[in-house]
Amino acid sequence: MKYACFIYGDDEPLPESEQTKLRDDSIAYHQELKRKGHLVALEALDDADTATTVRRRNGKLSMTDGPFAEVKEHLGGFFILEARDLNEALRLAGDHPAACWDAIEVRPVLDIPKPA
Amino acid sequence: MTSADLESIYRCESRHILATLIRLLGDVELAEDAMHEAFLAAAEQWPREGMPRNPRSWLISAGRFQAIDVIRRRSRYDAVSQRMARQTAWSHELEVDLEHIPDDDLRLIFLCCHPSLAVDAQVALTLREACGLTTEEIAQAFVARPSAIAQRIVRAKNKIREARIPYELPAPSELPQRVRAVLHVIYLLFNEGYDASHGSALLRTDLCGEAIRLGRLLAGLLPDAEIYGLVALMMFHHARRAARTDRDGNVVLLDDQDRSAWDRAEIAEAEEFLGLALASPKPGRYACEAAIAQVHTAAQRPGETNWDRIVTLYDALLELEPSPIVELNRAAAIAMRDGPEAGLAIIEALGARGQLNDYRFAHAARADLYRRLGRNAQARDAYEQALALTEQEAERRYLIDRLAQLE
Repeated sequence: MKYACFIYGDDEPLPESEQTKLRDDSIAYHQELKRKGHLVALEALDDADTATTVRRRNGKLSMTDGPFAEVKEHLGGFFILEARDLNEALRLAGDHPAACWDAIEVRPVLDIPKPA
Repeated sequence: MTSADLESIYRCESRHILATLIRLLGDVELAEDAMHEAFLAAAEQWPREGMPRNPRSWLISAGRFQAIDVIRRRSRYDAVSQRMARQTAWSHELEVDLEHIPDDDLRLIFLCCHPSLAVDAQVALTLREACGLTTEEIAQAFVARPSAIAQRIVRAKNKIREARIPYELPAPSELPQRVRAVLHVIYLLFNEGYDASHGSALLRTDLCGEAIRLGRLLAGLLPDAEIYGLVALMMFHHARRAARTDRDGNVVLLDDQDRSAWDRAEIAEAEEFLGLALASPKPGRYACEAAIAQVHTAAQRPGETNWDRIVTLYDALLELEPSPIVELNRAAAIAMRDGPEAGLAIIEALGARGQLNDYRFAHAARADLYRRLGRNAQARDAYEQALALTEQEAERRYLIDRLAQLE
């Protein structure tokens, strides 16, 4: 079963040394996930202020600056896990180095038809 | 074989049977239906054919057969349900393994108290699945609409299924944290019954009884100091239930309680659990709170209470679990040991820090100390603040009574 893990954090930058450590630890953690066959996808996102939100209502397209929700904590990246069940997914997500700073939302992925 | 026999089997066995059926069938809802069908089948067959040698095993097997039928009848007879039916039919050839039932009981409790469910859903699900209360009974106990409770339970079951929360014992590394979550739910259950902040008194005693039953079940399955501590704590409080209210349902404070009405057998059992909890190298918060309750029950008369030991235990508790409510209780103990001024100073300092201003017991405690110091105007003021925050009838009557005595 697949679980999507969304990493939410505030935009406060970490001290330089912590930043480097987090990056190195994350790389090692992602490699370990892949080695064990748990990693399905992985992406990091640019800052929330680079986002644009689009909607189409009555055929008319509107665009607004910024992320969809006005909240302090923004989506900074996500990864998709292959796990046996929720307990395994929570255990894996809880081991992500970013969990020490940010919050990680774990959600089951629905199986929908996808283009071949 | 009478219907009373079957009823008593239902009372003793239904939770164990459900717990095992959930493991065998992998679905809470399907297992519930299967269990009810199995009891219906028993009600029909047993009077005719006699009671089977092992009713529990019979009921589990019957439940599993019923589930296979249900799966086959399902209109969407897809690959998944076909596989499920095959697996279930196949596993039925094996003897029902009764040795695994204690593990199933534990699995069910850990499932209901899974931290990824909302706490109020954990409480409702535990009462429904692990205690066997009906949705209506749960709604009555929590003064909620049955539809609201039903929705809470359905949502939790959906999440168990959709997010695939497994029916398993936690890994050893996760056990302490998961046990804490279970104890939290049991403690909430007990307090809901004990505090009687609203709702019908009768059902609330049941909640306390259920909380103790679950705690004892857990203590029997899992040796853990905090489980022993919580069971001891609940039993010390529960042992005093008959003396806590008078014939008209009015609150009787600890000092005024008829100590001969305390349940000595329950206190003795609580002391055994406390002994187990304190034998651990690192007693936790529940053991500490139970030890405080023990000091109270050990005193023959209020004047013989060992307040010095209680203050020491509160000091230890504050270190384990810093909270303004613990500070308030410690202040009350200090007032008993060193006099009202000493306790009052701590409570007033709490208030000055902006803490517990919405907590009725903080105002009531302050009021009591002012009264003992003869500062009646301040006492009246504080009793009135407590009254404004109190909904429960018996407590309101007590406060109104105290106010009248000040006149």
